[in-house]
Amino acid sequence: MNTSSLLVAYGLVLIALAISWAHRLGLEKDVLWSSLRATVQLLVMGYLLQWIFSIREAWGYFVILTLMAGIAALISGNRGRAVPRSHPIAFAGIALGSVVTFAVLYAAGVIRPEVNYIIPIGGMIIGNAMNASSLCFNRLIGEMSHQRRRIETLLALGADARQAARAAVRQTVRSAMIPTIDSMKTIGLVHLPGIMTGFLIAGGSPLEAVKFQLAVVYMIAGAAGIAVALVSLLASRQCFTRDLQLLPHLRPGLEGA
Amino acid sequence: MSVSTNLLEVQNLTVRREKEILAGVSFAVPAGEMLMVLGPSGAGKSTLLRCLNRLDPVDGGRVLLGGEDIARMDVKILRRRVGMVFQVPALIPDTVRANIRLGPSLRGQVLPDGDCEQLLRAVGLASGFLDRQVETLSLGEQQRVAFAQVLANRPEVLLLDEPTSALDPTAVLTIENLIRQVHEELHTATLLVTHSVEQALRFNTETLVLLEGRIIARGPIQQLVTGSSDERLRRFFEGRLNDSQGESS
Repeated sequence: MNTSSLLVAYGLVLIALAISWAHRLGLEKDVLWSSLRATVQLLVMGYLLQWIFSIREAWGYFVILTLMAGIAALISGNRGRAVPRSHPIAFAGIALGSVVTFAVLYAAGVIRPEVNYIIPIGGMIIGNAMNASSLCFNRLIGEMSHQRRRIETLLALGADARQAARAAVRQTVRSAMIPTIDSMKTIGLVHLPGIMTGFLIAGGSPLEAVKFQLAVVYMIAGAAGIAVALVSLLASRQCFTRDLQLLPHLRPGLEGA
Repeated sequence: MSVSTNLLEVQNLTVRREKEILAGVSFAVPAGEMLMVLGPSGAGKSTLLRCLNRLDPVDGGRVLLGGEDIARMDVKILRRRVGMVFQVPALIPDTVRANIRLGPSLRGQVLPDGDCEQLLRAVGLASGFLDRQVETLSLGEQQRVAFAQVLANRPEVLLLDEPTSALDPTAVLTIENLIRQVHEELHTATLLVTHSVEQALRFNTETLVLLEGRIIARGPIQQLVTGSSDERLRRFFEGRLNDSQGESS
């Protein structure tokens, strides 16, 4: 595709602008700004990937993937700020989920140790592990707070942190896995997934595309599952003090009576 | 000769959050005795109880159980020895049997059915309740199960944090009878927190009055009600405490 073809394609955005103007939707500024932003972001990404793809050493990929996991952990850890040490916990969950998934895919021969496999697949794995970890934090904080009376009853009966948080952790894992499970249920029915679309556009056979897409679906489920299991386990422990007291901000309404 | 040893000793207990919740509270509870902790909302009553089994952290002072500083005890063992019944029962969504067995099960023990039935009888429920799901019980019945759940750990001290405040008037009297009955049968040292002067009078026992985190009086409740010259105490008993000050929380 040459640049002029791209400029013609941009004409479609102008149609959207015209519609907005004609109907006085007031979206012209937003449409223009977001389309320019998308262009700049993707161009930067393109140049960056071109540079990354030129790296030939394995340590280079390792550094890039670690950096990606670090950024993902920063974002996900911010979601779990109410839990002490949320950032290292998010990193542990995302890293473990990604490493195990990567290792299985490599051992199964799904991916090859080449940059055009490692970086995009790595990005996908880390991104999905990050989403799962963020959902996990969000849900865990809600569940611990929601179940605070039951948790305190268990603590008062002599439970340790694991026993007291068990029901909340179970509910957290269930909820954090819902998007992944639902996505598996509806794949091919509601949406044609990106990898498959890319494979077909690139001229691949539909069955090959399906096989690769399935590997990606399993990969996402694996990475999300491992990240959720580890994050919920580590984060739930952090919701208690060393004296097995539920953190004060997780038990609103039980304070100072 | 009756030897009255203090099972529980609270020495200069201080708790600060945004403000001072408990300010140097000291008292003792002899083994087998019942002590009422009476005070208005926000006086620090619940915090006081929660400090006695380390559900809340303290900022100063200490608590001795059988002469041993509870801060140095394994917290899980402490909480088995000092059982707590909360204002609102929070049972696990399972059968009554599973709930009664919960405490022992946390340390890998299975309470035999006979013991479960005995505990159920002790709290005034028929053994037919054992297989009932707790969601099908009334709040009063759930509170009885919560009692049985705590008693299954065979505690030496029973902390009761306003256990009747969420109940209807009939259930209040039933639970009050249950508290008396359990105390008479098991002789467990009991601390009963309440904001209700009427309830304290019904129990007619040794009472400690807590106001703004400080003990302002201690003695038999009848004497405190009739013989106190303390202005704040009189206002509290007459329900006019807010005439002189705002509620602290």
